[in-house]
Amino acid sequence: MTVRVRTLDELLTPPAAGSSALSTQEYFVNMGPQHPIAHGSLRLVLRLDGETVKEVIPVPGFVHRGIEKMCEKLNPRQIIHLTDRLDYLSAVMNNWGVAKAVEKAANIETNGRIETIRTLMSELQRIQSHMLWWGVLGMDLGAYTAFLYAFRDREIISELFEETIGARLTMNYVRPGGVMFDILPDFQEKVKKLLKYLGPIIDEYDTLLSGNVILQERLRNVGVLDGKKAVALGCTGPVLRASGVPLDLRKLTPYGRYGDVEFNVAVGSKGDCWDRYYTRMEEIRQSMRIIEQLIDSIPEGPVNVLRASARISIPEGTYYDQIETARGVLGVMLVSDGKSPSPYRVHFRSPNFNNLWAVTALAPGWRIADIITIQSSLDLVIPDIDR
Amino acid sequence: MDAQALLQAITGVNPAAQERPNTNVPAVQVPVAGLHAFLQVLRDDPRFSFDFLLDHTAIDWMADGKFELVYQLFSTLHGHTLMVGVLIEREQPLAPTVSDLWPIAEWQEREVYDLFGIPYDDHPDLRRLFLEDDWTGYPLRKDYQDKNMLQRPQ
Amino acid sequence: MTATSLTYFAIAAAQGAFKNVTVSERTAQAFADGSWILAIVYIVVALGGLAALVTLSGLVLIYVERKLAAHFQCRLGPMRVGWHGIFQTVADAVKLLLKEDVIPEKADKAMHLLAPFLSMMATVMVLGVLPYSPILQITDINIGVLFVTAVSGFGVMGILLGGWSSNNKWSMVGAMRAGAQIISYEISATLALLVVVLFSGSLSLAEIVQSQDAGWWIWRANGVGFVSFIIFVIAVTAEINRTPFDIPEGESELAAGFHTEYSGLRFSFFFLAEFINMFVVSGMTATLFLGGWMPFHIGAWAGFNGFMDLIPPVLWFTGKTSVVIFLIMWFRWTFPRLRVDQLMYLEWKVLLPIGFVNLFAAAVVVLYNLYPFPILVP
Repeated sequence: MTVRVRTLDELLTPPAAGSSALSTQEYFVNMGPQHPIAHGSLRLVLRLDGETVKEVIPVPGFVHRGIEKMCEKLNPRQIIHLTDRLDYLSAVMNNWGVAKAVEKAANIETNGRIETIRTLMSELQRIQSHMLWWGVLGMDLGAYTAFLYAFRDREIISELFEETIGARLTMNYVRPGGVMFDILPDFQEKVKKLLKYLGPIIDEYDTLLSGNVILQERLRNVGVLDGKKAVALGCTGPVLRASGVPLDLRKLTPYGRYGDVEFNVAVGSKGDCWDRYYTRMEEIRQSMRIIEQLIDSIPEGPVNVLRASARISIPEGTYYDQIETARGVLGVMLVSDGKSPSPYRVHFRSPNFNNLWAVTALAPGWRIADIITIQSSLDLVIPDIDR
Repeated sequence: MDAQALLQAITGVNPAAQERPNTNVPAVQVPVAGLHAFLQVLRDDPRFSFDFLLDHTAIDWMADGKFELVYQLFSTLHGHTLMVGVLIEREQPLAPTVSDLWPIAEWQEREVYDLFGIPYDDHPDLRRLFLEDDWTGYPLRKDYQDKNMLQRPQ
Repeated sequence: MTATSLTYFAIAAAQGAFKNVTVSERTAQAFADGSWILAIVYIVVALGGLAALVTLSGLVLIYVERKLAAHFQCRLGPMRVGWHGIFQTVADAVKLLLKEDVIPEKADKAMHLLAPFLSMMATVMVLGVLPYSPILQITDINIGVLFVTAVSGFGVMGILLGGWSSNNKWSMVGAMRAGAQIISYEISATLALLVVVLFSGSLSLAEIVQSQDAGWWIWRANGVGFVSFIIFVIAVTAEINRTPFDIPEGESELAAGFHTEYSGLRFSFFFLAEFINMFVVSGMTATLFLGGWMPFHIGAWAGFNGFMDLIPPVLWFTGKTSVVIFLIMWFRWTFPRLRVDQLMYLEWKVLLPIGFVNLFAAAVVVLYNLYPFPILVP
């Protein structure tokens, strides 16, 4: 039996300087939790030799809120509120993930209108989330203008959400058995206007950043992650697809209305930062295609098949269900003992938690500046890592 | 391979594997002895080729005095999934590591160690993940107590 | 004779009368004449003028940068303090002055305090030799170009000291980057500058401006001048640490690079030095390649040229400088940042060979007198 529990301090003993006068001493630097690159509170301990990164030790946990523990005391409807706080940029998709798991466990049938609205909202949010990522990537690489362009256009989608849902970030919209509110009468018209506006805007993004020679130099051949390695490291979402593995749950096990619409799964070939960049840019376009196909065919029907006060009882058992969020596969495991209204155990397989691990494999050998690029191309949302 | 055929093939490989009831995904229950070898077969056998460890976590069955380790496997080749459940003792728990089969397991097992206190045999870097190194107790255990925890009104 | 041409002649006469009379020469003359008061007045005016220039151009440039950035980014920028936020920079300056000056406990205190002043000093010294107009130049030393190169290279000392003495790893990395970058790009800047020295046959800045009487160096000499202009602009953008070469500060990489540990007044010195530096290098670019205070002339169009001469030389200088400043700001709000090894690649493997070839070509042009357009006025 060789269980050896270590501490972080053990890892952080600086190695002695080499014997030769020319050899340099390695040193440790904390990137985060308070650092302009840390888009939340993520601490990366870098072991550096000059500018070259030797090792990355991620130290998450600064925003650990014990959501899984809290869920053990809440009923399925209340759990939805907490899922907004996981990956706050895919709030609707997280809601849907839990709602779908609960519906499968409790055998709740929804109708076409609910599924269409859920699909539409998810795709709108995927666009919004990728836009934010695009802007932040620009900012991380020093092109601050991209950030504000992205926020300008993201605002339109945020306003659309605000009108329908009443919230812009933590939406709490999809609930077991339906959605919270019906869409407004002018929703379809506004979405169509948005699509018309977004087409040229995405092309503008390409002219501002994608075609820039400096950006391409910074992204191409940096942080190459081949398909096999990506699978072994548990990456999902655009990160995995950029490595050439076309794993998209929307295609593989279609849920919602994804089975009825035509869209392509954006796949990269090489798995470098540029592929991850372009995969996401393409996903924005594909999401627009999905919305275009669905926006005119929203069936009639109630937006919630359950009464607001209906008790949702999950029969005894272990249920696992997953959904494709903007960052990858969100798995929801519900364990119920069949007695109490709250689940016995809830576990979220969060995409960012697993994607973060790829940093440790990708970063060694690159420069400090490439850590920024790699981390940005993985598109991490820190509260989703910590939960 | 559909769920039924998959389960049958697995029982053929490991006679100790039992189908797990009350789930919505193909699921088996296996004993902890020989777990590593069993998972290796699942990964390497071309019929299964579960090359993707989607998720690994644990459940605290306090009343039974057991922890249950849950592995969610996925095959990018065949597109099928499998849930593997393993019961281990709650007192003095010890589990074999699968981080040599799936590198991501190193990360996921650290989370389970951090929150459940299940040490993994031969784990390359067993450290607290979210909590401080000097934190006492394992929060996701059902009997975890903390002076800052509030009692929920019943 | 119309009133316009009368004015033109008056201005030309005035320019002729004051040709190349710098403030220092006047002071010397006043001393020689025994008029002490006048000499002191000249000294005070020169020093006061420099101080005013530093402060004003700093304030104005920061305001302009913020406004430009805002408009590049589809927003308004500062709008609250004064008309269109015109006093925003003043308010920010006051805020910075009132802030606590934090010195890290383990810092090398003397060096930490000294560094911002070194940085600032190098910048201000260059301002003394820039010819703003024929009559407005503090002093014209005969090795002006060499002086500018030497003194502006001195600024990196402040950055290196600041990064080293802060006792912070991020500062240290930033300072080392700055050292490597500024010293490398100095070479390319100097090579580009030597081309102009070859053309004009002088190291004095005032004479370089005079030599562009017949046409600015940027479009004379078969494109050699243009190539060296491009090299010079790239190299000086790197020297003053502006995006896409702002890796010593690299906000998203190194927190704030070499000035991570600076606050209050001392931070504002670094900040101000960066903006004055921008003014200095733009002024240098204008002087070397865009004819300094020379008005824009087209061949034999006497009327047009006469009209252009009506605009005072100071405005010409400021206008040309502003164009270059705008260009540098435009870079900043468009481009991402280079990586440190790409930066070195660009200098040593791209700019430097081109610079050498260009210098050689310039020598050939000068030797065989291959100017494409005839030189109008000797």
